[in-house]
Amino acid sequence: MLVLAGLLLLPALAGSYLLSVATLILFFAYTGQAWNVMMGFAGQLSLGHSLYVGLAAYASAGLFFHFGIGPWAGVWLALAACVAAGAAIGFLAFRFGISGVYFALLTIAFAEFTRIGFDHVAWLGGPGGLFIRVSQRESWDLANLRGPPAMFYYLMLALAAGAFAFCAWLLRTRAGYYWQAIREDEEAAQALGINTFRWKMLAVVISSAMTGLAGVFFAFYYNNLFPEQIFHISRSIEIILGPIIGGIGTLFGPILGAAVLTLLADGITEALAALGWEVPGIKQVFYGCVLLAVIMFLPHGIWPALARRLGL
Amino acid sequence: MLRVEGLSKAFRGLRAVHEVSFEVPEGRIDALIGPNGAGKTTCFNMIAGAIRPDSGVLRFRNQSIAGLRPDQVCAAGIARTFQIVKPFAGLTVLDNVMVGALQRLRRVSAARERAAEIVEKLGLGSKRDQPASSLTLPDRKRLEVARALATRPRLLLLDEVMAGLRPTECDQLVETFKQINRAEGITILLIEHVMRAVMALAQHIVVLHHGEVIARGAPAEVVRDPAVLQCYLGEEIEV
Repeated sequence: MLVLAGLLLLPALAGSYLLSVATLILFFAYTGQAWNVMMGFAGQLSLGHSLYVGLAAYASAGLFFHFGIGPWAGVWLALAACVAAGAAIGFLAFRFGISGVYFALLTIAFAEFTRIGFDHVAWLGGPGGLFIRVSQRESWDLANLRGPPAMFYYLMLALAAGAFAFCAWLLRTRAGYYWQAIREDEEAAQALGINTFRWKMLAVVISSAMTGLAGVFFAFYYNNLFPEQIFHISRSIEIILGPIIGGIGTLFGPILGAAVLTLLADGITEALAALGWEVPGIKQVFYGCVLLAVIMFLPHGIWPALARRLGL
Repeated sequence: MLRVEGLSKAFRGLRAVHEVSFEVPEGRIDALIGPNGAGKTTCFNMIAGAIRPDSGVLRFRNQSIAGLRPDQVCAAGIARTFQIVKPFAGLTVLDNVMVGALQRLRRVSAARERAAEIVEKLGLGSKRDQPASSLTLPDRKRLEVARALATRPRLLLLDEVMAGLRPTECDQLVETFKQINRAEGITILLIEHVMRAVMALAQHIVVLHHGEVIARGAPAEVVRDPAVLQCYLGEEIEV
C-alpha cells in the first residue's frame, strides 16, 4: 500500500532528475519482465532483445514522423513487426534444433544485421538518426504521447505493473507450467505430450511483443533514434542484467534488479561527478562488478535470497 | 494393442536393434529383458518416438505410430519413464506430476487435483510440496512413474524403475503396478533387470540379446531356456 502510494505520488515529490531515474528503472523492470518470459520461464536465452525495442521504436516513430499516425495506431504495426521477427527467429531455431548457446548467437545475429540494415534505410534517417519533433508541453496529450515527464512516468508505471500482473498470471496457466517443464528438461517435457516447438514459439512471440511496447515508449520518450544505439548489443545486455541480478524466472527479480542497477549505477556516476571526477565507462565497470558479485555470492539472484530471508 | 514388426536401428553401423518383432495384447503386463546393451532402451525410444527407426512397423491400437514425435505418441496413449531419471528439478513433486496431467485436463485446477491423487498413490504424498531436486533416487523413480501415469496412458512403458530399490520397496511398487493394471486396465511393458519384479509381474517375457530376440514365452519357461541362460551366464563348459 505504502509502496503504491509512493509510486503514484512520486512525480509530485521528486525533482525532474529523480523522475527520469525512476522512469528508467520502470523501463528496465518492464523489459526485464518481458525477457524473463523467454529465458526465465521457458529457458530460451535471447541476447538480442534490443532488436524488438528498435523495430517497434522505428515502426511507430516512422509512422508518426512521415504520416502523422499516432502511437496508438502505430503500436499495432510495431507489435506486428516484433512478432514477425520473433517468430522468424523462433521458427529457424526450433525447427532446426538450434538451442542453448547457438540459439543465443542467432538472436545476436538478427539484432546485429538489423542494426547494420537500418543504417541504410534513408527513409528512417539512416545512421544520422530519426527525430520526432520535441514539444515540451505541460498538458497531457496521451493520444500523441506528447507531454511532460510525469506522463511518461505514469505510462511506464502502468506498463510495468501490467507486465508484472500478466507474468504472474502466465505462470499459473497451462503455458506457464509447460514452459517451466521445457526449461527444466525438454526431453521429459516432450515425453509428457508437450509440443515443445509450439510452446517455445509462444514464449518468443509473447516476449517480443511485450518488448515491442517498450520500444514504442522509448521512441516517444526520447524522441531520437539511432540504429547504432537502439539495436546495439549493449542495449540487449542492459535489458537482461536486471533479471539476472534480481533473479531469473522470478516475478520480483526483474523489478529488483532494475532498481538496484539503475540506482547504484547512476548514484555512483553522480557521486563521482560531484567530487569532480568524470570517469567515462564507470557504469559498465560497475555493471560488471555487480554481476560478478551476484554470480559468486547469490547465484540465483538477489530476490530468491531476499525472499528466503524475509520468510516469503 | 502394441505390435512391433521387424524393428531395426543401427548407430554408425552398430546394429543396436535388428528385426525385432513382438506384440503386447491389451490388458497384459509384459517384460523386455536382456543383458546390458541388448537394445531394450533403444526399442523403447523407438516406440516412444524419441528415436526414428531405420525400418519396421510400429502399430498401436491399429494405427501406425512410426515417425510420430514423442508428444504425439504420448497423446496417442503411450507414456514412458526414463531409465536415467529426468525430473523437472526446480518444480515441486506435485507440479511435476501436474505437467503430465495437463495433457488430458486443460484446466490447471483439475490437473492439480488429478496429480494429487496420483502422487498419493505412488507414496509421494508427504513430499508433494518439495522440489523434485530434493528427492532420493527411489523417489525420483516413483516420480517418473507418477508423471507418466498422469498423462492417462493406455500403455505404460517402464524403463528399469525397480533398479536401486530395496526388496520391500520393490514389492510395494509391484503391488502398485498390479493394481494399476487391474483397476485401470492399463497395459504395461517393462524393461527390468530385477528378476524379483519381473517374475512377480510379467505374464509374458521377450528376451533380447545383441539387438535380436533370442527367446520369448511365459516367465517360467524363459528362465530355463538354454539360450537365455547362455547369454546371461556364459556358455556351459564340458569338463
